[in-house]
Amino acid sequence: MAQVEVFGIRHHGPGSARAVRRALAEFKPDAVLIEGPPEADAIVALAADPAMVPPVALLAYGPPAEGEGRPPAAFWPFAAFSPEWQAIRHAADTGVPVRFCDLPAAHQLATPEEGEGNEEAEEAGEAGEPAEPEAPAEPAESAGPAEEVAEQVRFDPLGWLAEAAGYDDAERWWDDVVEHRGEGPSPFPAIAEAMTALREHAPEQPPHVRLREERREAHMRRTLRRTLREGFERVAVVCGAWHVPALLARVPANRDDQTLRGLPKIKVSTTWVPWTHGRLAQRSGYGAGVRAPGWYHHLFAAPGRPIERWLTDAARLLREEDLHVSSAHVIEAVRLADALAALRGRPLAGLDEVTEAARAVLCEGADPPLELIHERMVVGERLGEVPDGTPMVPLQRDLQAEQRRLRLKPAALEREQELDLRKPIDLDRSRLLHRLRLLGVPWGVPGPRNGSGKGTFRETWTLCWRPEFDVDLIEAGAWGTTVRDAATARAAARAAGATTLADLTSVAEDCLLADLGDALPAVMRALADRAATDADVAHLMDALPALVRALRYGDVRSTGVGPLGTVVDGLVVRICVGLPPALAGLDDDAARAALERIDTVHAAVSLLGRDDHLDRWLGTLAGPAGSDRAHGLVAGRLTRLLLDAGRVTDVEDRMARAVSVGEPPARAAAWVEGFLSGGGLVLVHDDALLRLVDGWLAGLPSNAFTDVLPLLRRTFGAYPAPLRRAVGERARGLGRGASRPDRPDGDADGDPIDVPVDADRALAAVRTVATVLGFAFPAADQGRTGTDHDMRGADE
Amino acid sequence: MTRSESGATPEAAVLRPHAEQQYAAELARLAEHDDRPRPPGWRLSPWAVTTYLLGGELPDGSAVTPKYVGPRRLMEVAVATLATDRALLLLGVPGTAKTWVSEHLAAAVSGDSTLLVQGTAGTPEEAVRYGWNYARLLAEGPSTAALVPSPLMRAMRTGAVARIEELTRMPSDVQDALITILSEKTLPVPELDTEVQAVPGFTVIATANDRDRGVNELSSALRRRFNTVVLPLPAGVDEEVDIVARRVDQLGRALTLPETPAGLAEIRRVVTVFRELRSGRTVDGRTTVKSPSGTLSTAEAISVITSGIALAAHFGDGVLRAADVAGGIVGAVVQDPASDRVIWQEYLETVVRERPEWRDFYRACREVS
Repeated sequence: MAQVEVFGIRHHGPGSARAVRRALAEFKPDAVLIEGPPEADAIVALAADPAMVPPVALLAYGPPAEGEGRPPAAFWPFAAFSPEWQAIRHAADTGVPVRFCDLPAAHQLATPEEGEGNEEAEEAGEAGEPAEPEAPAEPAESAGPAEEVAEQVRFDPLGWLAEAAGYDDAERWWDDVVEHRGEGPSPFPAIAEAMTALREHAPEQPPHVRLREERREAHMRRTLRRTLREGFERVAVVCGAWHVPALLARVPANRDDQTLRGLPKIKVSTTWVPWTHGRLAQRSGYGAGVRAPGWYHHLFAAPGRPIERWLTDAARLLREEDLHVSSAHVIEAVRLADALAALRGRPLAGLDEVTEAARAVLCEGADPPLELIHERMVVGERLGEVPDGTPMVPLQRDLQAEQRRLRLKPAALEREQELDLRKPIDLDRSRLLHRLRLLGVPWGVPGPRNGSGKGTFRETWTLCWRPEFDVDLIEAGAWGTTVRDAATARAAARAAGATTLADLTSVAEDCLLADLGDALPAVMRALADRAATDADVAHLMDALPALVRALRYGDVRSTGVGPLGTVVDGLVVRICVGLPPALAGLDDDAARAALERIDTVHAAVSLLGRDDHLDRWLGTLAGPAGSDRAHGLVAGRLTRLLLDAGRVTDVEDRMARAVSVGEPPARAAAWVEGFLSGGGLVLVHDDALLRLVDGWLAGLPSNAFTDVLPLLRRTFGAYPAPLRRAVGERARGLGRGASRPDRPDGDADGDPIDVPVDADRALAAVRTVATVLGFAFPAADQGRTGTDHDMRGADE
Repeated sequence: MTRSESGATPEAAVLRPHAEQQYAAELARLAEHDDRPRPPGWRLSPWAVTTYLLGGELPDGSAVTPKYVGPRRLMEVAVATLATDRALLLLGVPGTAKTWVSEHLAAAVSGDSTLLVQGTAGTPEEAVRYGWNYARLLAEGPSTAALVPSPLMRAMRTGAVARIEELTRMPSDVQDALITILSEKTLPVPELDTEVQAVPGFTVIATANDRDRGVNELSSALRRRFNTVVLPLPAGVDEEVDIVARRVDQLGRALTLPETPAGLAEIRRVVTVFRELRSGRTVDGRTTVKSPSGTLSTAEAISVITSGIALAAHFGDGVLRAADVAGGIVGAVVQDPASDRVIWQEYLETVVRERPEWRDFYRACREVS
């Protein structure tokens, strides 16, 4: 006569795991059924591979949804302390076949839960599912309306048992009764009995939940029947405690067949993916709602004396962080934990007691070290591994090969990685990370310095592998079989679909960063086409900086930038042609926006380092700068740019004109704002300018001054306080007409200085400075002014 | 020792009875129903002590009033600490019931909360160890009779809980005298070539203030001989209102104030003002306000309400009104006449004034400030 044992467990419960392991060793089954998707029967053998390190998860995924959506997917996570995992390992070790008996993922993924239309909720339901009936981890956190509470009771049957036992937290009750028990008789008969009683008295579940549960249990029974028919004699079933009575119930086979008839179905593939403790701990998304995976793992793995070991580990962790924690501390913490457990009437100190003890003794009442313990130990971030033989889409395999080649191992804890792009391996790493970002797998997030273009050969990345990246990779598998090919195809598709020029340029930049030379021609062509037809000079101006950055720093990454140069050339010319008309007749807001664009383009053109472009650009600016039709802000700013570039000699005249009585005060103030924006230092160093501004201000009629004041305040308010003070002091000096005895150095802009300079003696120093700055030193006889001019250029 | 006679003083005869006097009946009932094992030297079992502190119901149906309103786990840690004969350090900002908890713990554990050393800048070492009766010392030379034991020494002899208030206010050298007592549980008396060894039940509860941390920072040697429990400010408005109402009621009875319905609404208002100023934002979370220099603890809220009741009873119409608490509130908030006054005015004009149901309170505050 065939014998069937049903072990009702709590998913991810270390006590259950230990009990299952012992019970299986005693029972010696010849087949093991486990709650999980039957599609995974084919790959369950991989669990025996020593290279498989939990936490891992079974992933079942369907074909990608139309468009670029994620494929429907569900995870069944297993940690080392999961009873299911122990059952799998036991079966693998004893060479016994393992079957998964839950409702096939093909049906589960095909029927999104009614009433919860959005995808997120569906995923949560599916993924958290294995732990759902048995991990009653929500002690009424949302004390909402009464209906909601009733709903929770329905989902949380164990809460009832706990309440009956006088516990306010079901998890703790289960911990005390099942998880924390040492050796002893098998708890499974008692669990089955309790669940039977509970199911009889539990209130009706909502219809859609009940329907789903019925189907799942019907399939479990059907699998069990089939297994017995195949002639297995001793069958062990490991499933959530809630399902035990249903499996033991005698239900005619044809009724189950009826329940399971005509379910919608999709094509599903399964595989193993690495999982993380952090994911187990989360209650939302793909998490399983295990409150303290690190603690459970410890309980399961520690060979006796778990409290002592745990607190010793905590002390070592704190010591690593340079907090002084002695063995005496640990002794006292253990005593306190035990005393607390006794006070609370618990058989063994649980996580709560240990945490209290750590807080009161090890951390001396402080919270930050406790958070460290929580993060590193209670959750205890770790990432599982899967063996090479695991089914993967080619893209995953390619990524794995790349990771191995570049010695860049995925890890669950966030980690900073510095890359020196002059080293080939770091350069390749950077390219890989950029490619993955293009594919929508943000394994690495670039540090703030990267995007700005100021970085030269150094990149900082924050790396953190999240399990759902595997789903993203499977989705991205549609683009190609290697990371490089897929990223190329993806970039080309994005370029084709881009609607604005700026989008295109950012794709181009990404391509360069990711070294996707094959995608570049297509992108460049799209870019050139778009630039030629785009009439809006603002778009062109937005597009330029990214391209120039790419062009300029392409060398560091040894990327081919030939086609890019052509596009940039074209862009600069177009901008120079289009800019002057675009600057006429702007209102205040438009002028401000234009100003920003001019600044970035100016920076880009300067960065480009091409004299012909710079000439053309500055020449373009000269027109609007002198024009009365240009907005004051723009005219002022352009004059300043030209002054800095040494292109105008009559700044004082221009300024005087702009702020003279003929101009309306608002325009004059705007002009000053534009002229002085981006740094008031010039006022401190250039007395002539300061005198001009000062004179204009002092000469304003009182009512005009009131008009101008807010505008001026806006300009000067942007300066840092010390600078404002310096300008103020300077201005006071001017008022008294005093010369400046405190500044013997004079300044560069033609303000005559009293101290004569010995040109011959200065020459040596000037020559050195010029060499340092990389300037060809002018012939010695050109004298002081020439040198000054070059120095000014060097400042740029 | 000598004070045990005065323990029988009827409640009315002293201004403030000790915890073990005031709650003698409750303690006796608890002891009666307490069938759990008691650690050596304890009057009650740890369970009963926890019940005494947090309140509950006894098998005979009589209620135990809660002495501490707050997280249960904190009191459990505190009691468990004492049960493992460790010293307990209660930390917290002023007014978080540190002294209150320590007094009641001592009363419940050893039935005596008077073995108290007050830490001040001038606390001498004799207060922690022992002193001498100099007349006797001169007449008879060093002898046991000439020795004047400190509260700590008495606690060690009798196996009771000694209390140290404001531990961080003591000079460091006096603090260090505690180290031997806490680790070796003995107090040597070299003059008599003898020592006092603590009997079971002896332990120390110290309180220290978070705010003036660093006055005399505890050495790490001393620190590690304590288990630390940080007492937080009340978590929510309702909890704080509950604490204030309860204490005001008790105090009112102790001071035999005329019966005044301590309007819960008024208490809630005071607590709200205190919480808002303390946390720097209004309860609806929509306005940021500046925090004054004072601590604005729950204890201060209690005293504001109590004095308001006294005002209402003696000079008002017997009902607690906004005008009765306004003066107290302004006094509690404006500690620093220059900066706090500005902060208070700002709060009054931007927050209080905007609340239509607070008109009376606004007017009252305007009058006094």
